[in-house]
Amino acid sequence: MESYEIPVLAVKGLRKQYGDGCSYCSGPKKEGLERNFCPQCGTVYACQDISFEVYEGEILGVVGESGSGKSTMMSCLYFDQEATDGEVYISGYEEGKSNILRQSRQQRRYIKNHLMGIVYQNPEKGLKMDFSAIGNIAEKLIAAGHRNVSAMETRGKALLQHVNIPLFRIKDIPRNFSGGMQQRVQIAKALSNNPPILLLDEVTTGLDLSVQANVLDLIKGLQRELGISIVVVSHDLAVIRMLADRTIVMLNGKVVEEGLTDQILEDPQHPYTQQLVHSLL
Amino acid sequence: MVIEGLSKSFSLHNLAINISAIENISMSVKKGEFIGITGRSGSGKSTIIKCINRTYLPQDGKIRYNSSRFGWIDIAEADEREMIYLRRREIGYVSQFLSIMPRTTARELVQQASIEMGYEKQQAAMAAEKLLRHFELEPRLWDSYPNTFSGGEKLRLNIARAMVKRPRLLLLDEPTASLDDASKVRVRELIQQLKEEGTTMLGIFHDIDFMQGLCDRKYNMQAGSFI
Ligand SMILES: Nc1ncnc2c1ncn2[C@@H]1O[C@H](COP(=O)(O)OP(=O)(O)OP(=O)(O)O)[C@@H](O)[C@H]1O
Ligand SMILES: Nc1ncnc2c1ncn2[C@@H]1O[C@H](COP(=O)(O)OP(=O)(O)O)[C@@H](O)[C@H]1O
Ligand SMILES: [Mg+2]
Ligand SMILES: [Mg+2]
Ligand SMILES: [Zn+2]
Repeated sequence: MESYEIPVLAVKGLRKQYGDGCSYCSGPKKEGLERNFCPQCGTVYACQDISFEVYEGEILGVVGESGSGKSTMMSCLYFDQEATDGEVYISGYEEGKSNILRQSRQQRRYIKNHLMGIVYQNPEKGLKMDFSAIGNIAEKLIAAGHRNVSAMETRGKALLQHVNIPLFRIKDIPRNFSGGMQQRVQIAKALSNNPPILLLDEVTTGLDLSVQANVLDLIKGLQRELGISIVVVSHDLAVIRMLADRTIVMLNGKVVEEGLTDQILEDPQHPYTQQLVHSLL
Repeated sequence: MVIEGLSKSFSLHNLAINISAIENISMSVKKGEFIGITGRSGSGKSTIIKCINRTYLPQDGKIRYNSSRFGWIDIAEADEREMIYLRRREIGYVSQFLSIMPRTTARELVQQASIEMGYEKQQAAMAAEKLLRHFELEPRLWDSYPNTFSGGEKLRLNIARAMVKRPRLLLLDEPTASLDDASKVRVRELIQQLKEEGTTMLGIFHDIDFMQGLCDRKYNMQAGSFI
């Protein structure tokens, strides 16, 4: 919008493939793929040329059918997996001028521990289920360089209270928590290093409606009150409608449409988006 | 705002059909005016307003809007970031279907709009109360969830939410459609009040006669065009 406004997160041409490709599938147009899969050599093109930007205090929605590459994209952004190709810039790291995918392992660890938070669809992936809730948070604080035990405890308590985990349960282990509580502990953990960027993969999936509403309120509040930029992956269009300013639609590892969320939902342009929206209305 | 040759059709790929909703619409709204659009159901009224809000992607034509931030800008071509800015700060939209956010109280809803404008929490809280009072929403409703509100209460809340931003341009899509006569009279009073305060408004009204005397000009639609 303004020449000086730089995105908090900019992704350019992100690709992730499983397999080496063959002469049949490695042409630039990828003709002959079945969805994202090469029938000749079995290579999976999970993310193909994904680009988007997220600005300060903005929530970007990501929708798309199962297998469209949403989680793969998120895990590449968080360095859980190595992207095959592409560029990612974040304004908090070297003023957004260095491709974070090409940094040393140590630098990437720094970025992940200081500048990003993630909430996985599966809490088992984001939490140590047999560590106390507050211990899970301390773990992330330690990774971000904190050493003062009582300061960490104060911060951990405040974070858990912020996500409505009652004080008397913070020493309890997440394995004993409900799904909604586990997600909220994950959110508290993800927030503990004050990240400017939060990645949320299906945070509300599998929660019952009233718990879902609590988690949604919490996320909306993070945007409003802390100005965090958030990428929200969800297959639930109601969640996207409620949270996201702008939305991208993914199909077979590609972004097929992007726009203002209400426009994507009320005036979808791509045949796939139309099918997605109309089948769920 | 000046609209020139605006057209919009919907291509529904899976049904292989194309619906032409509006064709070659031209109109203008001057500062401080209250313009009415009327016409039968399906004639394309909401489509015009939704194109201005960019809920629909305009297809052909220009929607030239005089923004205090960007100067003259063509909404039909504006980028998404510009549109988000305009929606937050300059253009208010009150929809036909009284949309509400689930699980958000009346007070929070108005407060949020104010925070989006860049107010601090405390200021936003004060602005919200002022607007809720101004539009005569009873204090007992302020902290309850709008899905339990009557049509008239929802509408007044939606208008309060739109107005807390003091929009330069307020878009109203059939604000009286689902109301009884007494509530309609109040909406009329409300619009009168907004007009006296200098708000520029574009409104769709089924029964435009009801707005007689308030409307500066009106456009009548039939099958996607003005007649
Ligand atoms: N380690 C892997 N090896 C091979 N293929 C993989 C691997 N991980 C993911 N894939 C494939 O990559 C594609 C994208 O998977 P991904 O998990 O990103 O989908 P998704 O969009 O998150 O789906 P869902 O909505 O079901 O969570 C799928 O075809 C998947 O089978
Ligand atoms: N999102 C949409 N998708 C497909 N067709 C639409 C959509 N919105 C409106 N239309 C069609 O465009 C025409 C005009 O609709 P609309 O502007 O809502 O009319 P009005 O508000 O005057 O009742 C109608 O034929 C309607 O079915
Ligand atoms: Mg997934
Ligand atoms: Mg209508
Ligand atoms: Zn191959």
